[in-house]
Amino acid sequence: MTFTIPIDNGDAVKIAEAESQRTLYPYVTGTSIVAIKYKDGVLMASDMGGSYGSTLRYKNIERMQAIGKHSLLGASGEISDFQEILRYLDELTLNDNMWDDGNSLGPKEIHNYLTRVMYNRRNKFNPLWNTLVLGGVKNGKSYLGMVSMIGVSFEDDHVATGFGNHLARPILRDEWHADMSFEDGVKLLEKCMRVLLYRDRSAINKLQIAKITEEGVTVSQPYSLKTFWEFSSFHNPTAGAEGSW
Amino acid sequence: MSQSSVDVPPKGGFSFDLCKRNDMLTQKGLKAPSFLKTGTTIVGLIFKDGVILGADTRATEGPIVADKNCEKIHYMAPNIYCCGAGTAADTEAVTDMVSSQLRLHRYQTGRDSRVITALTLLKKHLFSYQGHVSAALVLGGVDITGPHLHTIYPHGSTDTLPFATMGSGSLAAMSVFEAKYKEGLTRDEGIKLVAEAICSGIFNDLGSGSNVDICVITKGNKEYLRNYMEPNPRTYVSSKGYSFTKKTEVLLTKITPLSEKVEIVEVAGEAMEE
Repeated sequence: MTFTIPIDNGDAVKIAEAESQRTLYPYVTGTSIVAIKYKDGVLMASDMGGSYGSTLRYKNIERMQAIGKHSLLGASGEISDFQEILRYLDELTLNDNMWDDGNSLGPKEIHNYLTRVMYNRRNKFNPLWNTLVLGGVKNGKSYLGMVSMIGVSFEDDHVATGFGNHLARPILRDEWHADMSFEDGVKLLEKCMRVLLYRDRSAINKLQIAKITEEGVTVSQPYSLKTFWEFSSFHNPTAGAEGSW
Repeated sequence: MSQSSVDVPPKGGFSFDLCKRNDMLTQKGLKAPSFLKTGTTIVGLIFKDGVILGADTRATEGPIVADKNCEKIHYMAPNIYCCGAGTAADTEAVTDMVSSQLRLHRYQTGRDSRVITALTLLKKHLFSYQGHVSAALVLGGVDITGPHLHTIYPHGSTDTLPFATMGSGSLAAMSVFEAKYKEGLTRDEGIKLVAEAICSGIFNDLGSGSNVDICVITKGNKEYLRNYMEPNPRTYVSSKGYSFTKKTEVLLTKITPLSEKVEIVEVAGEAMEE
């Protein structure tokens, strides 16, 4: 994707400077995030991989971070842009705390802030290359929303980014229902993450599940899923069809 | 062409001459004509007694649905069927062609066709056209050596799998299979799973839609369940039917048959020449 900036005088130096400071492609990327609303709040799952192109460079990246007391932010896409967004949110929550008025930023406010930031950056042709998932609970109401790198933002009962859109969404549309219990919610997320593990080349088998409730945010320890490879056709795929592959 | 060249008969096979011209035209800005693609979700799985193939029924021409109820499960042999995704003309032509070849082969050998025969014939054809024949196929059947399920890609590579999906809705269907497939499914469980996978494609992929077709092949028997499921019926049909406002009153009805009024005379020698 190349964008051309209309510059009238064609000053070579100016163009070079402007071009080199825009994000053109992502380098270190995280893959999908899947999140659902459940009875007590929001559940979010992500794996811990950071790919550098087609190399699996980092295997310990936490792509979900708590924001303030009420929200959890998960990101897929460029990891450095995710870290920059965390810095912006840090400044935001710090400034908010300094008012010291007993109020704190809820998930809806943070989602709105992120939407503005992402859309503004896209308008300058210098996007933050992420798809963000924002979940939280404030005053008993749970909230789950998503912002993409071009500023498309919406709220839903279940969201997925990247490959999760194609592989996890169909499962969630079929099997999600309101007021799931914690165990059911985790089972549903694990089902989605397992399919992603089988079919997304940048997924790794080390994932975390985070839960946000009225009490606060907890991110689980990393663990791995059990996979099944014992189909008889996998043992000898070309039995009865010798010569084919 | 140079004048000194001898008239050599064409060597046969695909002539790639126009591909360079097409590339040049697209570079100059000409939009290639869109062709009828089948968008599509096609799936196959192996169950206890054989193979089950499934497909949706929507054919798209760019953003328009060209055919709401097309047939994507093609006949290859009495015991072999093939689902096709990609360009509709390519899948039709290639499966038709190999089906004829299989029939001639059956006459010659006196035996039932085998799935690997169909596989090799399709694979050879597609590879020789280097991916330009845009047909992605799920081939399944039961022959003397047992049940078989293969996927064939437009460039000619093949896979042998216990369950397979192809087409734009393949990821939606594959997510259902990966979550729910087990070995040794019964016929009803298999049909239910295939229908679920196709529905997942129909509802989550824009290139797939309308109804679910299913084909069950077992040893010595096949069932082609056309429109097995119709999950997209017309929702708002008036229950009262159509009625029109009262017309002008009928005062008199008189019927005059016209055949009594016309005389047909055959003049010898002036009959129409064939």
